[in-house]
Amino acid sequence: MVSADGMDDIVKEFIVESTENLDQLDRDLISLEKNPTSKELLGSIFRAVHTVKGTTGFLGYTHLESVAHVGENLLSRLREGALALSPPITSGLLAMVDAVRTMLASIEKTGSDGDSDYAPLIEILTQLQAQEPDSKSQDSQATNTSTICAAEQEKPQATIVPDIAEEDRDEPLPLGQILVEGGQVKADQLASVLNQQREGDPRRVGEILVARGMVHPEEVLEALQVQTEGATSNLSSNNIRVDVGQLDKLMNLVGELVLARNQILQFSTTQQDSTFLNTTQRLSLITTELQEGVMKTRMQPIENVWGKFPRLVRDLALACGKRVQVEMEGKDTELDKTILEAIKDPLTHLIRNAVDHGIECPSQREAAGKSVEGRLFLRAYHEGGQVNIEISDDGAGIDLVAVKSKAVERGLIPQEQAARISEREAYQLIFLPGFSTAQKVTNVSGRGVGMDVVKTNIEKIGGMVDLQSAAGLGTTVKIKIPLTLAIIPALIVTCGGERYAIPQVSLLELVRLEGNGARHGIESVHGAPVYRLRGNLLSLVYLNRELHFDSAAAQNSAQQDVVNIAVLQADDCQFGLIVDEVNDTEEIVVKPLGELLKGLSVYTGATIMGDGRVALILDVLGLAQHAGVISEVRQRKISEDITSAAERAQERKTLLLFQSPDDGRMAIFLSDVTRLETFSRSSIERTGKQQVVQYRGTILPLVHVSSLLEEHRLQPRGPSPETDDKVQVIVHTQNRRSVGLVVERILDIVEDDLATRRPVSREGVLGSFVVQGKVTEILDVDGIIRVQDPTFFEPEQLLTGVAS
Amino acid sequence: MSDRQQFATFFLGDSYFGVEVERVQEILRSQEMTPVPLSSPVVRGLINLRGQIVTAIDLRRQLGLPARTDARPLMNVVVRSSGGGVSLLVDDIGDVVEAEESSFERPPDTLDDDAQKMIRGVHKLNERLMHVLDTEGVLIGFSEAQS
Repeated sequence: MVSADGMDDIVKEFIVESTENLDQLDRDLISLEKNPTSKELLGSIFRAVHTVKGTTGFLGYTHLESVAHVGENLLSRLREGALALSPPITSGLLAMVDAVRTMLASIEKTGSDGDSDYAPLIEILTQLQAQEPDSKSQDSQATNTSTICAAEQEKPQATIVPDIAEEDRDEPLPLGQILVEGGQVKADQLASVLNQQREGDPRRVGEILVARGMVHPEEVLEALQVQTEGATSNLSSNNIRVDVGQLDKLMNLVGELVLARNQILQFSTTQQDSTFLNTTQRLSLITTELQEGVMKTRMQPIENVWGKFPRLVRDLALACGKRVQVEMEGKDTELDKTILEAIKDPLTHLIRNAVDHGIECPSQREAAGKSVEGRLFLRAYHEGGQVNIEISDDGAGIDLVAVKSKAVERGLIPQEQAARISEREAYQLIFLPGFSTAQKVTNVSGRGVGMDVVKTNIEKIGGMVDLQSAAGLGTTVKIKIPLTLAIIPALIVTCGGERYAIPQVSLLELVRLEGNGARHGIESVHGAPVYRLRGNLLSLVYLNRELHFDSAAAQNSAQQDVVNIAVLQADDCQFGLIVDEVNDTEEIVVKPLGELLKGLSVYTGATIMGDGRVALILDVLGLAQHAGVISEVRQRKISEDITSAAERAQERKTLLLFQSPDDGRMAIFLSDVTRLETFSRSSIERTGKQQVVQYRGTILPLVHVSSLLEEHRLQPRGPSPETDDKVQVIVHTQNRRSVGLVVERILDIVEDDLATRRPVSREGVLGSFVVQGKVTEILDVDGIIRVQDPTFFEPEQLLTGVAS
Repeated sequence: MSDRQQFATFFLGDSYFGVEVERVQEILRSQEMTPVPLSSPVVRGLINLRGQIVTAIDLRRQLGLPARTDARPLMNVVVRSSGGGVSLLVDDIGDVVEAEESSFERPPDTLDDDAQKMIRGVHKLNERLMHVLDTEGVLIGFSEAQS
């Protein structure tokens, strides 16, 4: 028995391991329900429960052991085919898993497995065990053989198997156990063989079994192979457990290192010494790799959170009398651990909503002509440095009329506004705090319990939530979240003599107005400053006014010759932020603001700049709310957006449009774009045949899109004596290597479903599509890089080859 | 140890203050500060303390003392608090002194309520009175002022 205060390592290890085992158990039980005859699943479930039972017995947790014990018995009956899996049995087993989990938590907290008596649960499990197998779903031969020995089996099963397991805990599984689990040998047969051994038979288990004709020699050989494999491919030799606190510390240190590196890089620009510069370069590269490496250690697949959902959905569906099937795509999409933790609750909430309110009862579904079983689809994928998560159901969708009337009733919007607002904005009402406090709302609207909390939580970690629904067809909630929070690329701007960082994820583009443009480009709509950006009005926000710098300075900046506008995305609206100066983009380490400044919504944190001073990081969403742009702009954007939800639900791709050399329109997937840069022609240098440019501490090879397309390849254009001395470059990064694609002119960023297409028209192009009513060619980025530099992909492939 | 306690001391004008040494993380000369627009006027800015970001607060203002008239740089007394590191900006740093519990006295009732929260009492030292600053009290008072 372990005392309460001195929880030793064995117990800790046991708790960690068992908790993992239990999560796996949940998942396996749910899969088993779908696939009740799977020997493999049953075997794995049995082993897991058996391990828990064996260890708890060994450590002296009697309550825990007794619960696990009946569970194990029940499972062994299932495995022998003496019982058929039925929903009550699954529920019983799941309840057992929950009970074990509760007791483990209690052991972790108090050191004992608690005083709660699990007699009722044990009773239920025992009863389930005694049930006659369901003759309809059971194949007859299994029933015949197993019902006979069912009665005697209970005892030997319980006593023998632990014996085997505890004799040699760290050794590979005993042969007998492998055979029993594989179903080749019955437990009672094994028991008698083991008895024979104890009584002095010198032969091995396998030999006796074969001699008695209980098992085929080949099966023994197979089992022996399993045994040796198990011994050699021991997982623990490749993995170690690391305390998360340790990783956090490491992450912080790497953050510091990045800062120090930035400082050195800044200093190096004033130096001539080539050795120093080379070393700096190397330091910089190594730091970047280290940073990525450490970040990877914190990455975990989203499955860690999703894994719990099938169980959740099953329990909920059962409780509501519904049938729901869960499908997942992109389970191995990786996210930073802190983010994963942060999205757990919001996701659970959304799943709950979807099952509880989204998916209809079987009868309703049938009446609506849908399949009886509802479908819940989870999807996760990476896109442009962010992770997208979608949760869709094929339920009844959201009743907009009910939502609107509820919002009016709750006093969230005035009656006359309710009549005016568009579909899209009506959906946004669901996210308003106070929308759904009464239970009734859930019945009427079908959705919306605590959606404001979901939204706030997602936004807290720099994410966005969007909701689309089509009446009768279902609802999709789309979440976009950053990969990691610790180190982010940001644009550094100056305002009122101080530097501020704007997270790159919120930045759409930069607009610089000079001379006449600066004086007349900014117009006003009833006093509110706006700018015409490609024909659309963009609301403008003066950062210095928002931050209440003294008005004289603000006045000055309004009359300057140059106006810098950072076009930002907050929520689903865009606005232009006017700053005094745009400095540079930098990787910054996000540090939290102290408790004292938490109340300020316009900042997300602070960072330390290359010169060691602190700069504040702007919270774009908070700033937009502070400036009052959000509600106003949102409405306008919505009115433009007339595409119906059903249409929008289709696959859409975001494209960066640019002008092709022959004045046509070309595009590249925005997900392939790391950054857009402008270089002056004079900064382009050459190494051998390759044009390069110095870029953020590295050498960036340049590829002219014009020279790569077939008909131009014969006459590659160098830096031609064009009037414009700037080149526009799309930076594409892959496998940590970057290449700059030189294009004529960047036109726009659009979203399109790419429905109309024509097959490949020429080399270097994936195909032609109609985008915004114009024929646009989509560039085959990989293809043209390969043409230009066949080695581009190689070193990494070599590396990964070695790693795997 | 039970009846003697060590205090890091500092001055605000003529007033003499002390904070229990175990609450003080370190004492720094004047540091470069980044102002935080929109924050309470008591917040003077953010300091980079070897990678840790520390909020510097104007202790004079917080205690309701008149602002300084001369331009001498302020010193930082960085204290540990539940909400991260906080630096108290003070005029001058004094010695670390040891005071006996017997010399402690609660503040007079005539002190206004705000000050009562921040000044726990005084130690009657031989040469002068030392105000014992309640750092958590100072910060609580701060958050209330902000909201």
